[in-house]
Amino acid sequence: MELTFAAQKQLDKFFLDMDFTVEGERIGIFGPSGCGKSTLVGLIAGLHRPDSGHILINGQPVFDSGKKVNVPAEHRHIGMVFQRPHLFPHLSVKANLLYGYKRCERDQRKITLKNLVDVLQIGDLLNRGVNNLSGGEKQRVAIGRAVLSNPRMLIMDEPLSALDDSLKFQIIPFLKKSCEAFAIPYLFISHSLTEMRIMAERVLNMTDGRVAGLMTAEELARSLMGKGPAPYINLLKLKRARRLDGMSAYNFGDTQLLISGDSREEALVELPSTDIILFKRHPEATSARNLLHCRVSEIFEAGTRVGIELACGKDKLVAVIVKESVQDLQIGKGVEIFAAIKATAFRPLG
Amino acid sequence: MPAFSPSDYQAIFLSVKVAVIATLLSLPFGFAVAYVMTYKRFRGRIAMDVLVNLPLTLPPVVVGYLLLLLLGQNGPVGKWVLQPLGIKLIFTWKAAVIATAVVGFPLMVRSIRTGMEAIDEKLIQASRTLGAGWLDTIVTVIAPLSVRGIMAGSILMFARGLGEFGATIIVAGNIPGVTQTIPLAIYEYVSSPKGDVIAMSLCLVSITLSVIVLIFHEWLSRRVVRVD
Repeated sequence: MELTFAAQKQLDKFFLDMDFTVEGERIGIFGPSGCGKSTLVGLIAGLHRPDSGHILINGQPVFDSGKKVNVPAEHRHIGMVFQRPHLFPHLSVKANLLYGYKRCERDQRKITLKNLVDVLQIGDLLNRGVNNLSGGEKQRVAIGRAVLSNPRMLIMDEPLSALDDSLKFQIIPFLKKSCEAFAIPYLFISHSLTEMRIMAERVLNMTDGRVAGLMTAEELARSLMGKGPAPYINLLKLKRARRLDGMSAYNFGDTQLLISGDSREEALVELPSTDIILFKRHPEATSARNLLHCRVSEIFEAGTRVGIELACGKDKLVAVIVKESVQDLQIGKGVEIFAAIKATAFRPLG
Repeated sequence: MPAFSPSDYQAIFLSVKVAVIATLLSLPFGFAVAYVMTYKRFRGRIAMDVLVNLPLTLPPVVVGYLLLLLLGQNGPVGKWVLQPLGIKLIFTWKAAVIATAVVGFPLMVRSIRTGMEAIDEKLIQASRTLGAGWLDTIVTVIAPLSVRGIMAGSILMFARGLGEFGATIIVAGNIPGVTQTIPLAIYEYVSSPKGDVIAMSLCLVSITLSVIVLIFHEWLSRRVVRVD
């Protein structure tokens, strides 16, 4: 998918003026609350009309003030998943799911109800009313409704922000699975860096209705290091757990990580970069259950601190230390180093 | 209770007939006006709002007189539209329908508007991004979700129609068996000697009709809540 946006919109005292072209199947739009993310997606989806400019999707204009083109929202084939499910309360789950499908031209119907029901695991909900569903079930139906309209792209406008943490990480696999299974490119809007790193490959960073940068999710996370009190968070996708000494042991690079808590076949865990302690030499004894022998693969500035990228085989971690520690440890690119991490420092997501 | 005369029965029947027809006639217009005033932004919206609500604040006699000027033989509509088509409205039961419709119209619009304003805008946006055009969205989302407002507006207007007096007497007159409704008949009995008893009987009929309407409204509301 290629999205070209060069348009302006004045809304009371807020002025959105953006000019960018972004390519990719998993595009993120990141920015703080009130920076104009929802206005931007409203303009792309055709729910609001720009004052001037043009918007192209895969080279086709959906809005062009110069050529007087303004394709109505219902003809843009852009599915939307909102912050809240917004299911039609007077219709059943099945009727909600089929609302967009029935309005889609027959030759465009590539995704069927049966395929979708299998992916989202909502078969037993079909004949129920939407008011009797749990929050997670409602959001799954909302995702299904948008996907079943067979859109050329999906816009997810903060679809996780109204959910609590445990529900959020239950919904994320469904979001990713449905877009991957049916090859639908998406725009994922969020003010959460963690969500952005899980969901997006390219990220458009916004501030005050303007483009602040276009980068990968990892570049965004590193660019925000040192700009606030929150540390950089390592997001680790770990596999093949086994029980060891009352903890869960996961493969990591050419070694293993011991994490306190339940074992799962696959786990997404976060590790604050400030919870990694670096040693120049093997510390003989330590209370931390993880002592990794790593190589420094990259060093980068992070405000008043320094980010150290550590390679443990093919997997990597980022530790953040102060500049004085870099000098004390004589850290340089390629240097071998030891990283100590407590088993309790990891936080499983979901 | 004294026996009603044939013209009394006709008054009861005419009251119900006028209120029902006025409500049914106003419904599509009331829905359209409520829709425009809820969802459209245009110049003159405030003027439209004032115009729609004017019959609510004006004395019904004034509304009736203005209708008489408009629809009468020398009025612009009467002279240029009704007469060429051979339609006579003034002092017929149809004029009573128009008077009832005009006086009750703001109540209907207000109720439907309240229902529409309660619909989450995101539901309308969702329907549009799912491929539904404006008309489709009105039929499949806005109308079903404002059904309680439509019901309340219709009931209010019907009840208002049963009691309409001032505008009706000006444009339709008070002709027994032709344009005389319950309120007009009561007015006539109260003005005549020995008419008190029959006037009270018609009052009881009026109260009974109103209670039936309110019970029907309550029953319908409960059904809608259960469907929700």
